[in-house]
Amino acid sequence: MTAQTHPLAASSRRGFLAGAAAIAGGFSLGFRIPFAEEAAAQGAASLPPEVNAWVVIRPDETVVIRIARSEMGQGTLTGLAQLVAEELGCDWNKVVTEYPTPGQNVARGRVWGDFGTGGSRGIRESHEYVRKGGAAARMMLVEAAAKDWGVPAAECRVERGTITHAATGRTTTYGAVAGEAAKITPPKDIVLKDPKDWTIAGKPLKRLDTLEKVDGSQIYGIDLTLPGMLNAAVKDCPVTGGTVKSFDAKAVEGMPGVKKVVQVGDSGVAVIADTFWRAKTALDALPIVWDDGPNGKVSSADIAAMLAEGLDAKEAYIGNKGGDVEGALKGAAKVVEATYGVPFQNHATMEPMNATVVWTPERCEAWAPTQNGEAALAAVAEAAGLSATKCDVHKIHLGGGFGRRGATHDWLRQAVTIAKEMPGTPVKMIWTREEDMLHGRYHPVTQCRMRASLDDKGNLTGLHMRISGQSILASVAPNRMVDGKDPVVFQGLNPSGPEAAIGYAIPNILVDHAMRNPHILPGFWRGVNMNPNAIYLECFMDELAHAAGQDPLAFRLKLMGNHPKHRAVLQAAADKAGWDTKPAAGIHRGLAQMMGFGSYVAAVAEVSVDDGKVKVHRIVAATDCGHALNPQQIEAQIGGSFVYGLSAALYQECTVKDGRIEQTNFDTYPVMRLDEMPVVESIIMPSGGFWGGVGEPTIAVAAPAVLNAIFAATGKRVRQMPVKNTDLRQA
Amino acid sequence: MIRLNLNGAVREVDAEPDTPLLWVIREQAGLTGTKYGCGIAQCGACTVHIDGVAVRSCSMPVSSVTPDQKIVTIEGLSPDRSHPVQKAWAALDVPQCGFCQTGMIMASAALLAQNPHPSEAEIRSEITNICRCGTYSRVLAGIQLAAQGGETGRG
Ligand code: FES
Ligand code: FES
Repeated sequence: MTAQTHPLAASSRRGFLAGAAAIAGGFSLGFRIPFAEEAAAQGAASLPPEVNAWVVIRPDETVVIRIARSEMGQGTLTGLAQLVAEELGCDWNKVVTEYPTPGQNVARGRVWGDFGTGGSRGIRESHEYVRKGGAAARMMLVEAAAKDWGVPAAECRVERGTITHAATGRTTTYGAVAGEAAKITPPKDIVLKDPKDWTIAGKPLKRLDTLEKVDGSQIYGIDLTLPGMLNAAVKDCPVTGGTVKSFDAKAVEGMPGVKKVVQVGDSGVAVIADTFWRAKTALDALPIVWDDGPNGKVSSADIAAMLAEGLDAKEAYIGNKGGDVEGALKGAAKVVEATYGVPFQNHATMEPMNATVVWTPERCEAWAPTQNGEAALAAVAEAAGLSATKCDVHKIHLGGGFGRRGATHDWLRQAVTIAKEMPGTPVKMIWTREEDMLHGRYHPVTQCRMRASLDDKGNLTGLHMRISGQSILASVAPNRMVDGKDPVVFQGLNPSGPEAAIGYAIPNILVDHAMRNPHILPGFWRGVNMNPNAIYLECFMDELAHAAGQDPLAFRLKLMGNHPKHRAVLQAAADKAGWDTKPAAGIHRGLAQMMGFGSYVAAVAEVSVDDGKVKVHRIVAATDCGHALNPQQIEAQIGGSFVYGLSAALYQECTVKDGRIEQTNFDTYPVMRLDEMPVVESIIMPSGGFWGGVGEPTIAVAAPAVLNAIFAATGKRVRQMPVKNTDLRQA
Repeated sequence: MIRLNLNGAVREVDAEPDTPLLWVIREQAGLTGTKYGCGIAQCGACTVHIDGVAVRSCSMPVSSVTPDQKIVTIEGLSPDRSHPVQKAWAALDVPQCGFCQTGMIMASAALLAQNPHPSEAEIRSEITNICRCGTYSRVLAGIQLAAQGGETGRG
């Protein structure tokens, strides 16, 4: 495989250098040549013409595939390249990738579509047009060759970037005809390959971005260096809603390397220095007085009380309603009731928030690890006080995203605000881990009261789920609210639909949400609302099965007749785990299923609890994502999902005291490590006909499968996360 | 000026004595393969070798390293990704976002240097680096593959 250069970092720096003289001379020129990598690769000023927006083929046969979505570890870069390459019919070993910038996207009428990379949508919402981009390029390349030979294009064949016309024995390559192909009018009628004929897509190919990640040459945002660059460390008021009262810049201005001490908006202070470490050292020494504002006294207990009130509130927004739940509860042979809750969670991406920005009164450019280039561009323009056409954002591979780097670009605005203090000088702002823990956009806090009715045969006749708590949309995307209500809250509990439907037919059902928004800011956290909803629904289903004296699998399957895909993944996981067999001594099993992000997932966990300590030994996980684009990457996503989901379920919580988050670093926000990693066996069972996501759905079943196994082991129901707060020792 | 032996070359760097080795490596020496993840010796993203032993460089002041101690970073582990751990990592596609992986590789390489055939239990207890993407299964398999000196092509 051809080593993938990092086009962005390379071209950014090269492009920047082209304008570095201009910086010194008043910074009047633009400072990056778009796709300068191309020019450099040619060793010439002229760029090789692109065949179309998605494909550039160099004379040396290198195939450059442009990727609009962001790579943050989930493998989207490779998956999207597979789709283009499949239709293009090129040699996979010659493929490299490149990110267009959002500024270029705007300038070209959004030719690359949406840049957003969240909600496990990177592939499932763009597969069609990127495949068409690859197919159109192939058709143009073939037509160019056919024209040259004076033969009908339909008689030409393509194999790994080589075009042949058998009758006349002629052969050429993509690289040789790319220039002519670029002049051909793009075809209108494009027929895509039948997935059963795929040779690149659907295969467990190696990632395109691995080699740089094993020798340290992969440049992340935090690693970026630009000529003349300074570094900034920043502190924002620890309490959301608070402000800076005063700070004593004089106290640190003489410290080594310090260039400037600046206020950042109403609520932040930054030190700009030659190195980050010197900036941070001075910032730590800087006397700052904060005004905590109206939220300075709020604690976790206050927030819990606010949510508890919502559990009983009269008013609630209905997400799923059928039959008459109250009637079913009144007529029940048995009523079961339980209250569950999940805390705030920080994304804790391995690479802390950072961005590098150059600002002048005429132009602003940012280098940012963002999940959404277009939203980043909008944030830069707004913070820069310039129109978007005078700004651009250069995307860099992310050291983890998990939802933190897509919907809110608070960190990027901050970096722009700081860079404005140093016109013409690139400034890299880096958050410390402590700053990152303190200023997350947290997994929303919710509580849920579950009430259900069983008849005298133990059949589930009614279910009321009252979710009380925080709305992500209300804070992050109020424009997506429906009449002031947040429909995303019901992820996985919707009555129907291709995205996130409940898998059970329950004759009387009510799912509603009492929105209660504390001051701590929420965000999309990998798996989003599907995570708590799966804990609530799937743990409670387990409670109901036990109350009915039935096997948890059999109890569920009875309710899943109308939901064959939900049922199939659950059955597959149960079969492979040997649900019907007795586990080894000391091992106990639990299971869960859910649908979200367009995919169906289920898991069986095998757990032991020894002296109160939980050990997860083995997990069997099944996924039906419709089409499986790269099975080995899906397997990696499934394995990673258990680490993310179980770290949260077992250990992690962000608690609030005096209005601020208490956890400061990985010592107080523990993450699962290798010693605890269970064996994960994945069943990838794409049933075709739809495209579901794979980066997030599995997280949802991690916690409930393990929680149900913990109950099987101990007889104790853990209903408030994380598990570590419950004493599981046997009396 | 502080004198360091970094990846086989002697360098002089201008840094305050209490600056963590990590930041001297990243900023003064410009070697950014060594990562910052926590700064408090929790995550291992900053792992380098000092005289062959894995060290979390974020929590070691540069002044505590003597000029004769040999510091090796990911950039110096091999000239061409040919260290068995790097080959195993490439063969198994271990990295996801990759941010933790240079530290993982340095920790794994140091483990194998000291214990060429570790048991699974030894690997699990010795490699304590954090990976938020959750690559642990492949990290384990990668160390085992490197220890076997097994087939390490990228297929
Ligand atoms: S940065 Fe050194 S251990 Fe985390
Ligand atoms: S690969 Fe992303 S943190 Fe480990």
